[in-house]
Amino acid sequence: MATKASRSAARVMMAPAVVLLLGWMLVPLTMTLFFSFKKYLPLRGDSLERGLDWVGFDNYIRFVSSSSFWPSVQTTLIMVGGVLVITVVLGILLAMLLDQPFWGQGIVRILVIAPFFVMPTVSALVWKNMFMDPVNGILAHLWRFFGAEPVLWLSDASLASIILIVSWQWLPFATLILLTAIQSLDSEQLEAAEMDGAPPQKRFWFIILPHLSRAITIVILIQTIFLLSIFAEIFVTTGGAFGTRTLTYLIFQRVVDSQNIGLGSAGGVYAIILANIVAIFLMRIVGKNLDA
Amino acid sequence: MARATSTQRKLGTTLLAWAVGLLIFFPIYWTILTSFKTEAQAISDPPVFLFFDWTLENYSIVQERSDYMRFLWNSVIIAGGSTLLGILIAVPAAWSMAFVPSKRTKDILLWMLSTKMLPAVGVLYPISLIFVEFNLLDTRIGLVIVLMLINLPIIVWMLYTYFREIPGEILEAARMDGASLGKEILYVLTPMAVPGIASTILLNIILAWNEAFWTLNLTAANAAPLTAFIASYSSPEGLFFAKLSAASTMAIAPILILGWFSQKQLVRGLTFGAVK
Repeated sequence: MATKASRSAARVMMAPAVVLLLGWMLVPLTMTLFFSFKKYLPLRGDSLERGLDWVGFDNYIRFVSSSSFWPSVQTTLIMVGGVLVITVVLGILLAMLLDQPFWGQGIVRILVIAPFFVMPTVSALVWKNMFMDPVNGILAHLWRFFGAEPVLWLSDASLASIILIVSWQWLPFATLILLTAIQSLDSEQLEAAEMDGAPPQKRFWFIILPHLSRAITIVILIQTIFLLSIFAEIFVTTGGAFGTRTLTYLIFQRVVDSQNIGLGSAGGVYAIILANIVAIFLMRIVGKNLDA
Repeated sequence: MARATSTQRKLGTTLLAWAVGLLIFFPIYWTILTSFKTEAQAISDPPVFLFFDWTLENYSIVQERSDYMRFLWNSVIIAGGSTLLGILIAVPAAWSMAFVPSKRTKDILLWMLSTKMLPAVGVLYPISLIFVEFNLLDTRIGLVIVLMLINLPIIVWMLYTYFREIPGEILEAARMDGASLGKEILYVLTPMAVPGIASTILLNIILAWNEAFWTLNLTAANAAPLTAFIASYSSPEGLFFAKLSAASTMAIAPILILGWFSQKQLVRGLTFGAVK
């Protein structure tokens, strides 16, 4: 029974976490909102001490009407969409494979999960240099071996290359979660279907896939949130060149490279709104789980 | 009813699964292997897989030339420090939410999670401004604070899902026997909570170790951890494959090992308890 004393004790114990997160959320958010309505170009002499000019929604309008905005939205959609399709489809296949009985299950599982633990800068650089280098990369060796002209991966197929790198990093995550979900599937149900003469495809579409739908949704939502803010992989490979400038990277360039804080902040607000739209759906699912 | 799987089918699955597993693991294997080659062997065509003069030279060169140990130490302090600080703040919060739930507990938990969704780039400038103001730029303590804050929601969530599995009746029984709140936490709750806390620590060290937005943007020379150290190889230096490999291997080895221990907790931690 929760007594009055334990209730107030609970409140005290919760306070540090709540206050810190509240500050972490509100302070920067308020500042970003503030800057987004100001003309703020530190390199041209604007400074906080002298006061910034209020420009209304100018930054918001300029951010979306700049020639780099729509391409960056397109790049973001292709990248997030591409990685999601690859990781979810391969993740389902891989999870079903790993769920079968075979020798060395534990070791193969470890091999498959390993890429997830590699820090983003390492995986991006290893792929960029040792695999995708047009002269000395493994893929160039392979292409030459088959008599083909090596591909300039990160300039001619830059977006696809980054999708490949990011998919490699996130496939283990999707596989691991889908495998956990498959393992909770009641095997008797599958056996019953098999005895009733349902062919493998039917078993997949009518039993396995519906059972996985919740896990797939969770994988998609969580990955989307992380993928929308992909940064290091672009930073160390193309630096946003060759059509790999995502919305996140565009905002980063506005703030850091061109030092246009007002414009970058307006972009930041757009990114925050976008992330929150995805987040609402994720929270619904997670919230439902709390009641159970 | 158990179904007998034919040996033949099991053999086929084994071959396929191993082929796929090795293919996925290949980039890591190749990095580790290349770190023991000379630069000439590293780029030889056709590639050499086993028969080359194994050398440790790259490791000593990387350490000598760039003072690798300093970056490693920064990574250890930042990942370890932010995790421990986060645990200290999260344990009481998760404990009270799990054992003294109120009507608002669910809302608070979901709100905490929502702070995790804030895109970092949207608040990059404000945070750098605050860092400049408080002299935190390029300091370890600054990164410890930021990484603690971005991972705090995950820590609270994971601990909460673990604590909720501890039966409340045991706590009540202890209370009936006259145990005070402090004793209850120390002697009854802690032993049962240790496994959950340990897995939470493990997962968060991994997340903090690999974090590559704030560590790249808020550090320069002094506090840069391994993520930033490796990023410096995106310059032409990255074309020295053997050295890049040695540096990479050292940067990922500790976390690969920790990661393998935490496979199971990974699912729970990263899905906020929605998939177990």
